[in-house]
Amino acid sequence: MVDQTPASKFEVRGLSVRFGPASALRDVTLDIRAKEILGVIGPASSGKTTFLRALNRLNDLYANMSYSGSILLDGVDINRGMASETLRRRVGMIFALPMPLPLSVYENVAFGPRRKGIRERKKLDVLVEESLRAAVLWDEVKDRLKTPATKLSGGQQQRLCIARTLAVKPEVILFDEPCSGLDPVSMAKVEETMLELKEEYTIILVTNNTKQAARVATRTAFFLMGELIELGATPKIFTAPSDKRTDEYISGKFG
Amino acid sequence: MALLNVHVKEKIAFSVLFCVTLFVLTPVVVVLWIIFKNGLPALSWEFLTQMPTDGMRSGGIFPAILGTLYLVVGATLFSLPLGILAAIYLSEYARENLLTRLINLAIVNLSGVPSVVYGLFGFSLFVVFLKLGVSILAGSLTLAIMNLPVVITATRESLRAVPDYFREVSLSLGASRWQAVRHGVLPFALPGILTGTILSIARAAGETAPILFTVAAFYIPHLPKSVFDQTMALPYHLYIIATQIPNIPVSYRYGTALVLILMVLILNLSAIVIRSKFRKKYKW
Repeated sequence: MVDQTPASKFEVRGLSVRFGPASALRDVTLDIRAKEILGVIGPASSGKTTFLRALNRLNDLYANMSYSGSILLDGVDINRGMASETLRRRVGMIFALPMPLPLSVYENVAFGPRRKGIRERKKLDVLVEESLRAAVLWDEVKDRLKTPATKLSGGQQQRLCIARTLAVKPEVILFDEPCSGLDPVSMAKVEETMLELKEEYTIILVTNNTKQAARVATRTAFFLMGELIELGATPKIFTAPSDKRTDEYISGKFG
Repeated sequence: MALLNVHVKEKIAFSVLFCVTLFVLTPVVVVLWIIFKNGLPALSWEFLTQMPTDGMRSGGIFPAILGTLYLVVGATLFSLPLGILAAIYLSEYARENLLTRLINLAIVNLSGVPSVVYGLFGFSLFVVFLKLGVSILAGSLTLAIMNLPVVITATRESLRAVPDYFREVSLSLGASRWQAVRHGVLPFALPGILTGTILSIARAAGETAPILFTVAAFYIPHLPKSVFDQTMALPYHLYIIATQIPNIPVSYRYGTALVLILMVLILNLSAIVIRSKFRKKYKW
């Protein structure tokens, strides 16, 4: 499974995660290539979100979390070789529900850059515009940068969250079921944005919507009960999976 | 029939609840009414700004008003930073273990300690042991200690009311733990923190027992010159003129009570104003 032809962004080796006595992820080994969209599918409590949150160490927030194995980002162990702030600046995250902070549109996007210590108004202005453009939101909000972000529609809020993440200039973006609260039109826009971002960023997309993975993912990984069952090119996973359980999940027999 | 029954029960429940609410409100309204009616005639510029004269039977109550203001400011200066910082630690940093559970238990119990106990504690610690003497400093510190559990609890509850995703979002954008608290949590908890602490300060303004042994003076013919001086204070002054000095005009007593109540009401009102102002700014 270790395919070395395109450069690996992430190398996950024997990763297991436990929360107290409960095992959430068991012995996962996989590579994530630079500038691909890796779709991660699986039923509830399959460990896919735990996997995602291991990549930016958000699991660290749980006091009872323990792990074994290693995750390398460009060859450096993210748990031992770098500060969590540094990691999270390189690996951004979009959450399941649009979660703007109760600040203005502008301040939401400027939040990350400000925490990096960027104070200069001009620099921030440029960053905010760039990021909103990249998230295909600029034209809709350029006249109301000062309005509270919570006043935007759900789809706009989610693209604002993408802009907010882009403003930190990450290399990888983690999407945690980014469309679960959105209508089909907004979902299409977010997917479109994702495909554009793929040119520059490595994307990992956890989704409950297998069709979404089929539409946008370069490769797809199927998780079940905390284990990686299968990983392959998306067309292959959806047409000729090698594992029977993958086939059953995709064709809707369970999950 | 059954439907009618439900309807009747609904009416009964409504009337009972309404009557109980009225009953609870009555004492407050009656107390305020009596104090306003009897105290208002005494209120004058002179009453608010002059020293007492004629053995505190006439003149003003300025030194008591000023003393209470000093004590309120002093207590706030100590209890606000300490309480808020402690609450941030407990809510945002401390992990759930035996120690933090003991600390939390101690805080809950401290807020139940009678104020006279705080008074005696302040007397033995600040006045006697630390040799601060009976002074504004000792009184402020005693009030601050009494206030701490309330400030900590109010702050902690406000911090907990901020959804967890604010923290996760901040961290996911590369904020450090402290940055996440400082910029992603604290601004949104601030209205609650301010409201809770102002209410606790208002309560402290009216306390008599904690200042009894630590700062309050029966009568001083001049204003305090430093934090090491004693001062008169409204609650204690009220107690004195109500019980210790005969032949005081009734309006004088009620006027003093009215001033104290007005001070507390103004503090509470400002808490409400601050809260509603921030509510509009940070809505989620």
